[in-house]
Amino acid sequence: MIAAPRKVACVEIGAIPIALSTCDPGFFELLRQRYDGFLSSSNPQFELEFDLTSAGPVSDDDVRVGREEEAWILERGDFHARWDPRTGRGRVRQNANPYSLDSVLRILHSLILAERGGFLLHAASAICDGQAFLFSGISGAGKTTMTRLAPPDVTLLTDEISYLRPSAGGYAAFGTPFAGELARAGENCSAPVAALFFLEKGRENRVDDLPPAEAVRRLMRNILFFAEDKALVEQLLATACDFVDRVPIRRLTFYPDARVWDHIREFVCDFARNFQEAPEHA
Amino acid sequence: MPEHCIYIARSSAIAARALAGEMMVMNSADSTFFTLNEVATAIFQAADGHTPLREIVRDHVCEQFQVDPEQAQADAEQFVAELSSHGILLVSNQPLAAETP
Repeated sequence: MIAAPRKVACVEIGAIPIALSTCDPGFFELLRQRYDGFLSSSNPQFELEFDLTSAGPVSDDDVRVGREEEAWILERGDFHARWDPRTGRGRVRQNANPYSLDSVLRILHSLILAERGGFLLHAASAICDGQAFLFSGISGAGKTTMTRLAPPDVTLLTDEISYLRPSAGGYAAFGTPFAGELARAGENCSAPVAALFFLEKGRENRVDDLPPAEAVRRLMRNILFFAEDKALVEQLLATACDFVDRVPIRRLTFYPDARVWDHIREFVCDFARNFQEAPEHA
Repeated sequence: MPEHCIYIARSSAIAARALAGEMMVMNSADSTFFTLNEVATAIFQAADGHTPLREIVRDHVCEQFQVDPEQAQADAEQFVAELSSHGILLVSNQPLAAETP
């Protein structure tokens, strides 16, 4: 008996190309449409083979991510995946639900990023004047609101899951297809991170400092990470401390109208001016 | 009657890092995250598994922070119980093997 041919799409998020393959033409079309702006002709660094099952709908069960010898096992009610970081290859059993697909990809990226000094953050992000701004906070804090209020010259990277990797000058933010309330994928581009703001709605626009330990605490609360693995957790904590050291992190109290973006631009100008006058790392 | 001794050791399943005078601790099993103040950090760092808690409080808390010994001991026991319930510290009435993170 001849196995059904597999169709392959290479999806590149955060400059990490991953080949996704399936025998199911309908599922192949679904993933092509879902990751339309992120399809790539690069050589994939990793591979995931999808086998569709008749498993139930997307589950609210907690995700379980653990090691079985060297391989990672990713499990939730609606999917089961095994990925071997030594070979870069993995196999996923799930139903045809796109939300399950998103979840598996997010978990895989979180594992790959953790080892490379990056992370996924529960935050909206956008590029303004060539620099990326991150807006994090609990649900309802205003992540999607900030993206809706953005002026036309601002490029949306995501309104839900930000993708961060270390770069020569600090950290870079990349666009992701993982959308929140906005229901719109981000643009597939990147920029150096200028600042991370933790959002709170208020009656005025105000930027306040955060002590470093408080910044790390808030950052860790919002990093997407699922693995029960001491070495990776240590790496992640080190990464969070490094991020706090290299990226300005502030609390942004904002009144939800477009003027908040003027405030952000002013903050960046003031910060750059102060930094030039009194460099912190001179 | 001999005084009841409590021995504490750091769990091997945690990641810890000091920043700006505070200790940040994360449990890798359930991703719970704690920020310890200076006093708690002093106890946490001295948790070697074989020094009784009362000695840790005397040498690392009372001397450094000039607090009342009985109050410091009570606060320390409460802190240890809380971190123990989250798997950050191991507690025993006998010396423990050190599990330096």
